[in-house]
Amino acid sequence: MSAAAVEVIDVTRRFGAVQALDGVSLNVAPGEFFGLLGPNGAGKTTLISILAGLTRADRGSASVLGHDVVRDFRAARRSLGVVPQELVFDPFFTVRETLVFQAGYFGLRKQGAWIDEILHHLDLTSKADANMRSLSGGMKRRVLVGQALVHKPPVIVLDEPTAGVDVELRQNLWAFIRKLNTDGHTIILTTHYLEEAEALCNRIAMLKAGRVVALDTTANLLSRFAGLTCRLVVSALPAAWRSRVVRREGRNVHVGLDHPAELETLLAALREDGIAIEEMALAETDLEQVFLRIMKQPDAVARGEP
Amino acid sequence: MTAAGPPQGDRPLGGAARSAVRGERFNYGWVTLFYKELLRFWKVSFQTIAAPVLSALLYLLIFSHVLEGHVTMYDGRVNYTSFLVPGLVMMATLQNSFANSSSSLIQSKMSGNLIFVLLPPLSALDLFAAYVLGAMVRGLVVGAGVFVVTVAFNPGLLSMPHPLWAVGFALLGSAILSILGLLAGLMAEKFDQLSAFQNFIIMPLTFLSGVFYSIHSLPPFWQTLSHFNPFFYMIDGFRFGFFGISDVAPAWSFGVVALAAAGLSALTLKLLAGGWKLRL
Repeated sequence: MSAAAVEVIDVTRRFGAVQALDGVSLNVAPGEFFGLLGPNGAGKTTLISILAGLTRADRGSASVLGHDVVRDFRAARRSLGVVPQELVFDPFFTVRETLVFQAGYFGLRKQGAWIDEILHHLDLTSKADANMRSLSGGMKRRVLVGQALVHKPPVIVLDEPTAGVDVELRQNLWAFIRKLNTDGHTIILTTHYLEEAEALCNRIAMLKAGRVVALDTTANLLSRFAGLTCRLVVSALPAAWRSRVVRREGRNVHVGLDHPAELETLLAALREDGIAIEEMALAETDLEQVFLRIMKQPDAVARGEP
Repeated sequence: MTAAGPPQGDRPLGGAARSAVRGERFNYGWVTLFYKELLRFWKVSFQTIAAPVLSALLYLLIFSHVLEGHVTMYDGRVNYTSFLVPGLVMMATLQNSFANSSSSLIQSKMSGNLIFVLLPPLSALDLFAAYVLGAMVRGLVVGAGVFVVTVAFNPGLLSMPHPLWAVGFALLGSAILSILGLLAGLMAEKFDQLSAFQNFIIMPLTFLSGVFYSIHSLPPFWQTLSHFNPFFYMIDGFRFGFFGISDVAPAWSFGVVALAAAGLSALTLKLLAGGWKLRL
């Protein structure tokens, strides 16, 4: 039997008055591409910090490849590569020095060939000897990815790696990370871009106020709220339908439909109230709508079977 | 980024299977951090080495110009300029040891890049050894630089009666200030907190330790008080190496300084192991 890539058991953490994590448990199997979603302040970064040993849990335990992050911290940290959310760097050093030092901190020397390979794949070869200060934001972000990979960690955690990154770099970054995943690395990702999570992750945990409110495969999450969304531009909505609004964007109102037949009921209700439809479009449920619906549920824990 | 599009057919990207756990035989991690600490100050050596050597030289020129011939030390056995040199060497060593570990840590904290040191499998002892040894090297290099330039004015100082005592006190003194710098860097959350620590604790203790005078020239109350200043023992013992004369027996001074170093090390290691102000 092989250990889970990441195992979190009943982890609780409070910062002053804020309950950042409130009994979080989850398992990530080796080779998974796992998404960790949730609004700001849901506890995603705290959970990652506990895995990385940057923060300690008040209660509960976490392990990486079976190594407890506190008791067996050396093995746990060797197994984990973390791309932090903040764009941090050491202004004293060049790109190559940064990577050589990072490898050295993990006890690895003479990593020149591997570092060249990382630089090549992140398209940083021409910047290898440039000072970190002179790099653009996107390049600094790539160096952070490189730093997380220098010790060839089996498990890689990316904490919103594409925040503030332009579209092209984002696409390239995802292609690279997908390749790491097909090469056997377990990937844990937090992101605000739900379409990215939908496209990349096999399984997703949604956090809300420090609790896991959904944990299932991406496919199951999408089918759980199978159905359609109807986008309307109307002057008003019949009273009975107001609770079905998933999202409002300007004059657009997105109404969730549990099955296609409901469209007829909706149209009938609009006609009855004498409301004219200016625009209308139908769309399949996407992860964003699932996310919004789950976040709206008061306290219902939509936990999938493991 | 060349990894765009479908996975490319070139070399594998270090798949999980290749993630061998190495480095068990010798812990190379802290050595890397130590080396990084050296490179950090060496890259700005004009500011971190040349500048303090120059200011120590200015102290020497001005104080010796004003006081030489008016003041002699140890009942006339040592002229004032000679007396001053070991004090200035030690002061430069202590201040730069403190400055190195404290500023390295606070800069990493403020810019957030401390995370690069917290993510790897470095233990409390690894962090302690790297930061303290790095700071000691800076302090001792500056001290040696001050010694070289000031000895040019006093070649007689080269005939030291007890050089090993001097080396011992220099090592322990710089270790203590490196540890204090590490503590201050851990404790401080902003640059001004660090400079308060430096200006209200380190500077007074250094200046009131007998860098510029022998405590025997002080009124009895201040003499007694000086015995509670650990910096006094560092400088007094260091000076013993140069002149074979001191205010306090060197073995006693060494005991006090060694005890202080051991106590501070134990405290700092305990704080680091608990992740104090590092791992929230």
